[in-house]
Amino acid sequence: MNLDFDESEVAFRAEVREFLDKNLPADIQQKVRSHAEIGKADTVRWQQILNQRGWGASMWPKQAGGTGWNATQRYIFEEECVFAGAPAQLPFGLVMVAPVIMAFGSPEQQRTFLPKILSGEDWWCQGYSEPGSGSDLASLRTRAERDGDHYVVNGQKTWTTLAQHADWIFCLVRTSSDARQQDGISFLLINMHSPGVTVRPIIMMDGGHEINDVFFDNVRVPVGNLVGEENKGWSYAKFLLVHERTGLALVPQGKRLLVELKAIAAEAMKADHRLRDRIARIEIELAVHEMTLLRVVSASGSKRGPGAEAAILKIRGTEIFQTIYETILQVTGGAYVDPAVANRFFNMRKLTIFGGSNEIQKNIIAQMVLGL
Amino acid sequence: MNLNLTEDQQALQDTLRKFAAKEFSFAKRRALAKEGAGEAISATGFSPAAWQQLAEIGVLALPFEEAYGGLGGSALDTMVVMEELGRGLMIEPYLGTVILSGGLIASLGSDSQKETLLASIGSGESLVALAHQEPGKAFDAEVLTTSLNGPGDGLILNGNKAQVLYGAQSHQVLVSVNEANGISLFLIDSKAQGVTWHDQKMPDGTRVARLELNQVSVSEAARVGGKGAAGPALSRAFDVANAALCAEAVGIIVTLIEITSEYLKTRKQFGVTLGTFQALKHRMVDMFVWSETARSATMLATVRVATGTAAEAHWACAAAKVQVGDAARFVGQQAIQLHGGMGVTEEMAVSHYFKRLTCIAALFGDIDHHLGVVSDVLLAA
Repeated sequence: MNLDFDESEVAFRAEVREFLDKNLPADIQQKVRSHAEIGKADTVRWQQILNQRGWGASMWPKQAGGTGWNATQRYIFEEECVFAGAPAQLPFGLVMVAPVIMAFGSPEQQRTFLPKILSGEDWWCQGYSEPGSGSDLASLRTRAERDGDHYVVNGQKTWTTLAQHADWIFCLVRTSSDARQQDGISFLLINMHSPGVTVRPIIMMDGGHEINDVFFDNVRVPVGNLVGEENKGWSYAKFLLVHERTGLALVPQGKRLLVELKAIAAEAMKADHRLRDRIARIEIELAVHEMTLLRVVSASGSKRGPGAEAAILKIRGTEIFQTIYETILQVTGGAYVDPAVANRFFNMRKLTIFGGSNEIQKNIIAQMVLGL
Repeated sequence: MNLNLTEDQQALQDTLRKFAAKEFSFAKRRALAKEGAGEAISATGFSPAAWQQLAEIGVLALPFEEAYGGLGGSALDTMVVMEELGRGLMIEPYLGTVILSGGLIASLGSDSQKETLLASIGSGESLVALAHQEPGKAFDAEVLTTSLNGPGDGLILNGNKAQVLYGAQSHQVLVSVNEANGISLFLIDSKAQGVTWHDQKMPDGTRVARLELNQVSVSEAARVGGKGAAGPALSRAFDVANAALCAEAVGIIVTLIEITSEYLKTRKQFGVTLGTFQALKHRMVDMFVWSETARSATMLATVRVATGTAAEAHWACAAAKVQVGDAARFVGQQAIQLHGGMGVTEEMAVSHYFKRLTCIAALFGDIDHHLGVVSDVLLAA
């Protein structure tokens, strides 16, 4: 048991660092470091730069155009990107829909969609949640009815992140009401430019426009856009859940933010031992949380089966991240703070809610690990 | 980077788990913990037979160098052992004798001291205690009251020591004194003239003693390490001991979760098992997340003890003691809570595990102490 990276991993880190040094555009880096909004153009530009180097999809296998990296390499890559001030890659295509298309999509779907996800040409969003179906996702009601070579889709999705930029949406839709709720759901790829699709912004409490309602009014979708079999969509969505084990651990992001907090608090900390203890505790929790992530990374190298790791990582990662923002808010002046700082704190409340709320993560652990 | 157990470590884990299940039964543990209650304590307080078996398995010699009859095990092997001893709720004096005293002799002793002492610890013949802490002082105090006086070969020790793990049961004891602007260690016979032990029980039934040293004469040959030179080794020994305690706590925490989860699956109220209530499910999950956190913290501390610098090891052990302390508190208290009335009785194992966890969290620095260690590093940065 050791925490030392071997020679090839050290060399890999140096290679990534050198690449970032030379290729990360200074204007984008500046925006990331100052917490400015990263728009569609910058996200796409960065995806193109990564893709030119062959690093567009760190989690994809080589034959699909990915890097074929192992878990340790991906960990190093993500850490270096975050530390360098690179923007996050859009996860909806790369991390969420692509693995499903690779595992269950037709060869034609793979040829059509994957290259444009890799190149950044297609912007994807996720159509899961509905107004009446949040944590109880299987109760969703957006209907897709077969009409010749098409499905006709009617209904509403909500909380759809960055749908305002999207070319495509992957949706869970109801294709049958006969059986158990979960058994009547299909996984459908819908062109956002189709007639009948309307996007309405939802403004979050920080004033930002990240999320949307998406309405479907008799939207005609070719049957060729159904992934896998009809009424099997729920199992594909669950596959994604198990596939992504380390997604929201927020370890490098937390480490970067802690450096920021320590810099902001440097003077105050000297005189205020209570603040110092708070920051010490965050530092401890983050170091230990990182160790949990490294355990998962290390175990996936040895090909052990997936457990409920992602759920634990999400719970701890999001809690710690929120605590850091809360402490930054406190140190910079509480209620009298710069609204931009307060808004970041407000915005981060989403972390424990999205991606399956932390309470849903607990249900998963109770069932999968404890058998309760 | 590799955080998986080796095949040898898995085999060791397996052997110990089977051994503990057989030899450290709850009934035996309970009887041993009760020994001597209400009277001047004289019985051993642990099972000499189990101790001999641990020697036969090789666990008592595990951390020592092969040149001195040991198995050359690392801090990571010790972690595996301590977790299993925690699961079995062992009452044997492993921490004091093998980890603390054995570790100090291994790092400070002369060749001949190591040859004789490590061999006799490893074979289970000899229990060696560490008497460092003094009444009213911190476990890692550097300024001591115990005095060393006397001309030439006639050195005399006087003073009081506290919290000596299994001191009254020991054959020899390492005693610390201030000398030459540092700390020196002397190894004396536990029954030497002028040595008085006051055996006590910790709340978990393990033994701890107060030691009076009254005109105890020692020779230069009894020194372990150089004059005034034991400070860094002592600090290291407490780090190692804390990492080991954390591993023991992980074994207990994991066991408490198993026991409690089983209870929730069988105990019925309102016509259903307790485990069907979401409030209780989520409480169990919180306990589970804490247990994984405690394990990660322990692994971090252990890896740093094994391969890090002194500063890295000290930081990680302090961090681990904070997080494992939090975990011990939450899991221990909630395991009692979820057992309801049964949880507060002496007949359930859960209460005994809880008591041990409570003692572990207080041994060698509590949460506040160790948070202070990490906090002070921030100040120095």
